[in-house]
Parts: sequence; C-alpha cells; structure tokens
Amino acid sequence: MVYEIEKATQIADNIHEFWINAPQVAKHGKAGQFLIIRLDDSGERIPLTISAVKGDSVRIVFMAVGKTTKQLAAMKAGDCIKDVAGPLGNPSDVSNTGNCVLIGGGVGIACLPILAKALKAAGNHVTGIIGARNEKLLLLSDELEKECDELVICTDDGSRGYHGFPADILKKRIETDKIDAVWIIGPAIMMKITSMATLSTGIRTIVNLNPIMVDGTGMCGSCRVTVDGKMKFACVDGPEFDAHLVDWNELMNRQRIYPAMEKESAELYAADPHRQDGINGHAYGHADGHGHGHGHVCTCGMSKANNGKTGNGVEN
Amino acid sequence: MSGKRDAAERIHDFLEVDTGLSENNAVLEASRCMECVRPKCIEGCPVNINIPGFIAEVVKKNYAEAAKILKADNMLPAICGRVCPQETQCQGRCVLGKKERPVRIGALERFVADWEREQGIVTPEVGKPTGKRVAVVGSGPAGLTAAAELARYGHSVTLFESLHAPGGVLTYGIPSFRLPKDIVREEIDQVLKLGVDLKLNHIVGRSVPVDELLAYDAVFLGMGAGLPSFMNIEGEGLNGVYSANEFLTRVNLMHADKFPDYDTPVIKGKKVVVVGGGNVAMDASRVARRMGAEVKLVYRRRMEDLPARQDEIKNAVEEGVEFICCANPTKILGEVAVSGIECVKMDMGRLDESNRPVPVPMTGPDAKFTLDADVVIEAIGQSPNPLLLSLMPDLERGRHGTVFVNTSGMTSILHVFAGGDIATGAATVIEAMGTAKKAAAAMNEYLTKISE
Repeated sequence: MVYEIEKATQIADNIHEFWINAPQVAKHGKAGQFLIIRLDDSGERIPLTISAVKGDSVRIVFMAVGKTTKQLAAMKAGDCIKDVAGPLGNPSDVSNTGNCVLIGGGVGIACLPILAKALKAAGNHVTGIIGARNEKLLLLSDELEKECDELVICTDDGSRGYHGFPADILKKRIETDKIDAVWIIGPAIMMKITSMATLSTGIRTIVNLNPIMVDGTGMCGSCRVTVDGKMKFACVDGPEFDAHLVDWNELMNRQRIYPAMEKESAELYAADPHRQDGINGHAYGHADGHGHGHGHVCTCGMSKANNGKTGNGVEN
Repeated sequence: MSGKRDAAERIHDFLEVDTGLSENNAVLEASRCMECVRPKCIEGCPVNINIPGFIAEVVKKNYAEAAKILKADNMLPAICGRVCPQETQCQGRCVLGKKERPVRIGALERFVADWEREQGIVTPEVGKPTGKRVAVVGSGPAGLTAAAELARYGHSVTLFESLHAPGGVLTYGIPSFRLPKDIVREEIDQVLKLGVDLKLNHIVGRSVPVDELLAYDAVFLGMGAGLPSFMNIEGEGLNGVYSANEFLTRVNLMHADKFPDYDTPVIKGKKVVVVGGGNVAMDASRVARRMGAEVKLVYRRRMEDLPARQDEIKNAVEEGVEFICCANPTKILGEVAVSGIECVKMDMGRLDESNRPVPVPMTGPDAKFTLDADVVIEAIGQSPNPLLLSLMPDLERGRHGTVFVNTSGMTSILHVFAGGDIATGAATVIEAMGTAKKAAAAMNEYLTKISE
C-alpha cells in the first residue's frame, strides 16, 4: 500500500499540517510517539512527531526547511507517500500527576494537542504555554485553547500575547503554583534553556528529543544521546527523557552532521524538482511488497512531486 | 574455477566480486563429488540440503531438477550459495577435503540458483490450506525461511517487516558486491509467491500490538540481533562515528553512496578506521574503500584470530584494507567531528575456551598510538533488538537478551516460537535459516495438533 495525503494545509509561515491515511500508525499512535516517512524510492527516512490521530489518519506538522520537507510541502491532498512507519518510540507517561505544564516552541507546538488531550483525560490539570518568534509562526492555538485548561501564548517580538519566552511564564508559575510535571517540546536549544527553569525545583521535566535517525527501531544507533552519562537510543529508549540529564551540547552537535550535504540536496531540488524522477519511475513495489515491477504503479500523482530535507532530525 | 574480478577494478564499483562458475566448470566441479554413502556434507548444512542429490543432477546437466532439490530444503539458494561459510559447514565436512580440496558446494548451489533465475523460476507447490493464521515477525533470513516453510505446509502467513523493504540483514547489512540486491529481491519474491502476505512498515509491538500478535494461531519471532554495540569509550558521540549497522544501512538500504541522486547522506571519509574483525567489519571496510577512503581496520587479537571468513579477509586485503592487529581503541579524538583514534597495543594472553588468546592492554610509554581518521566505524557486534521483547514481559529470556527457546524453537509461551539471531545471538544467515526451519516444523506440528 501507499499512504495517501488526505488533507494538506499551510497553517503558519512555512509550516504545514498534513493528515495522512496510515491505519497501522493511526490506530495505535499515542502522545510522545513519532513516525518515519520516506516520500519515494530516492527519499530519505525522516522522523516526525505524531501530532494527532483520528480513525485511520495521522497528523504531522512540519516546517519546510530542507529538501525532504520542501518536497513534502509541495504535495497535495490525494498525493501519496511511499512509506509511513510507526508508531515508534515510547508513549508519554500520561498518568494522573496533578498540575501539568506543557511548553511548545516553534513547530514543537504541534506535539502538544495529543499530549494535552491524554493528560486531561487522565484527570490532570493542563496548562499550555506556547511560543514562537512572531505571530505568523504560531500554530494550533485555537485547538490548544480547547485541549488545555489554560493556554498562554508568547511571541519573541510581542506581536501576539506575552512579549517574551515561555520560560519567563514558567518561572513565574513555579513561584505561584504547585506544578507536578513539565513537558518541553521544541528546538534543542529552546528545550535546553527552558528546562533550566525547573533545574533546582525537583519538578519532573520531560523533553522530547529530535536527533537524526535512520530506521527508528534501534538498529543503527544514529540517534544515540547521552542521558545521565549513559548512551541511550532516542528511538527505542526515548524519545522522551528527563530534561535535566540530557547532554544538550552533544545532541545539538549531532543534529549538524551533514550541513553541507543538506544544503546541496535542497539546492538541487530547488533547481529541478524532477531531477530524481528516473529513480522513482522504477519503483520496487509498494508497501505491500507485491507491486514489483517497472513503471509507476501508483495512480495517486506522487511521481510529480519529488522530494524533503536531508538532515532527518525529528521535526518537532 | 569461478572467477573473481581484479581488486583494482572492483574497488571502483559495488558490482559482485565473485563472478561464479561457468557451466562447464560447474559440471566438472560437480563430477568430483564422491557420492558418499553417508554424506557428511548434509550434516554440515544447517538446513540439511540433499547436497549429493543436487550435485548429481548438475553432473547430468539436469539443472531444473537440481534447483528443485535445493529448494525442497532452502528457498534462498542464490543467497546461501553466496554468503554461507561453506568452508566450516558442508565443504568443511567433504571427504575430498582430507586429501585435496573439497567439492565447491557453495559455488555449485549458486550456479544452480542463478541458472534457474535466468530460465524462469518454478515456484514450489504449497500444501492444502489449513485455515490456520500464522504471524512471522521480521523478514530477514529467519523470518523468510519460517514464512516459506509455513506457507508450504498450507498455513496462512503474514510476514511483518518494520523497514520499507524486506530482507533484514540481506538488504540493509550485506553489501551488493557480496550479495546483489536484485538477487535478494527475486528470492524474496519467490517466498511471497508461496502466498505469504508481506506487511512493510509494520513495527510489531507498536503498529501491531502484542495482543493482536498473540491472537494469531501461532507466532514466529525472527527480529534478529539488530541493536548495535558501542565500545563505551570517550568520543563516541562525535560526528563521523558510526555503528557498522548505520554505515551499512545508509549505503545498502538507503543508497547513500549515490547521494545526491538519493537523499540519504553519509560521510564517505578520506581516512576511515573500522573497529572489529568479523564479516561485518570486512563489509564496512570494503564499502568505505569503494567510496574512496583509505581504510585501516583495528582488531584486538592476531590476524589468524579474525572471526571473518577467510575469503572475505583475503578480499579486503586485496582491496587495500590495512589490518592493524593486536590493538584496541581507547579514545576517539576530535572536537565536533572525528579527527583521529587513540589505540592501545594488546598483549596476547593465555588461550580462552575458544582457543584464542585473551587480549590484554599493554602498559608503558610505547603502548599507545594514534591514527588519523575522519570516520570511525564500530563493528563490534550486535545484540537482540529489545523493542518487541520489552513489551512481552511473560516471554522468558535467554543469555544476552535473547529469547529462550528449546531445541525445537519453542519459547515459554505455548504458541510462540523463535529462531535466528533473536534466539541464538548474532550468528550467520544460514544458522538463522536452520533454526527457523526447525521452529517452522515444530509450529506445523503444534498447528496440526490443535486442529485435531
């Protein structure tokens, strides 16, 4: 089988929300987990956090920053993705702990709705704090208003909501409220800095890490991170870890293994989006393994759009 | 004799090194078989192929019959003919080996399988449908073998694979110059033609929850030993440090050698250091050579202790891989990316139970040395993949994280069986197939019993 894009919407500046038909992922996907997509035969495998599930469909939200994500962004409803695998990683622990604060930065905001929903269903009080550089980069705020008991919006430039960072709000809340657990999801640097706010408080602080991955099943070790001095694989041991035990500098360094190649790949795609059509016209089968043959067996129009980002960190 | 391409030519491509036997040479080689009354070669084969039987058909140039005999016991002959360590198995037992050289059984198996593929493959018959549903987890050598056997018994088989392509280590691990991927694909297609339903991108334990898995009438676990080990030394987080699994997966499965035609990148490296001495270390070294790097292989024991197949060591040497034996890495050097690797020389201590010396780090001012490197590849072993097992707490575990099985491949759960590396720990393709075949027979017995 291939995986049809059911809905493709741009929801913020350069940020896209896709609903994809992937029953095996959607039926079992939970908060904290991710999936891996491969757009076509020439494509790379990139991990993306599961943002929502509904019936047989799963939602991903991504910023078009590299080759694969730009190629994906160019695809439309009705187009198909060659491979979607998941859910992967351990689900979040959503047991009832009391007051939970969920902080999302940038595209990481997209991971919050499914988590807020699960935490609330378990009886927690959920406060969402979301931040972006400016109003145009904010996403899913209406949905989060519904899923959280309270939502605080921040922008770096003050174009909407609080003028400043979610970390500022978190610090204030730590002084006034009893907080039992904090989730921080966003770019590594944002997670590192924001988690410092809870460092000496004893509040359980969880981050969802986004290192470069290949298989996502524990097979390659590309996503290894150092947590509490020990090597962990984000794909099978995580992706959630205790924020205060993560070696952030190593993580950020390992997210930048292939900068020159990522650039080359993105430039080649921009110059000619159909550059790889030759490879993808001779596909080995479909995801069901029976479609061995030449020529494009898919009728979904996938062959027109060809390609995303070379880096392959989880697009939180 | 079967041909081998010159090293000077072959290090520039990923085409097969061994070019196989010509028909004439195959018949000549086959005619050397003594047709022993009690053939030892069959005992040496983990799947007990009727070796003298198929060889006799080669002598008669009756290749179709030879292929049929092979496939009665082994659905993956073109693969096994290429990657089995025949020298320690069937050929190791051949009586001719005592006086001269053994019959080249592996080369003959390959010849027959290749002949059949060129002529058009005949799919073996499958048994009458039994109505029993069986799940096979993992489409590597063990899973494929179990799936084929179970389908031939007439059971309805669903084969789950977590990656986007089937084959396990045959696809992501073994490079195409040893095992061309079109051959892997065609042999897998043969298994699928038996009626096996392959589900790619399905991670059992996640996409298929454990309760759904256990709802099948019987289950075969063949997830392999996919989790790479690391040395746990300083510098392993530096950019440019790969597990052999990652390096090989990027190239073999994702085609990173052809970047940017394919999107997946890999650091090709100018100076690559590979750590380890097994077949995986040889594969990684030879892949790195083909991508243009100068390659040094660091191994903690002596050259004669290398666990890799002799032929593959020879190929690596011919291709210019430099072996640095009796040395072990102590630290990977660099700031952001790898710049070198520090090693310590090893003394060879007393012999251990495997009759190899126990390596002991030397001390003193000359004990340590440094090699320049921009890529370090660790090929020091793999352990069983814990993803599914961690979700099955009731399943009794064996040594080193394996699944405990009895000699028939039965686990501690009545209708769950296991074979291949997940049950034995890291071993060879054919050993995985051997254990899977036994387990499939036990599963069939179980399934027959419950339908009575």
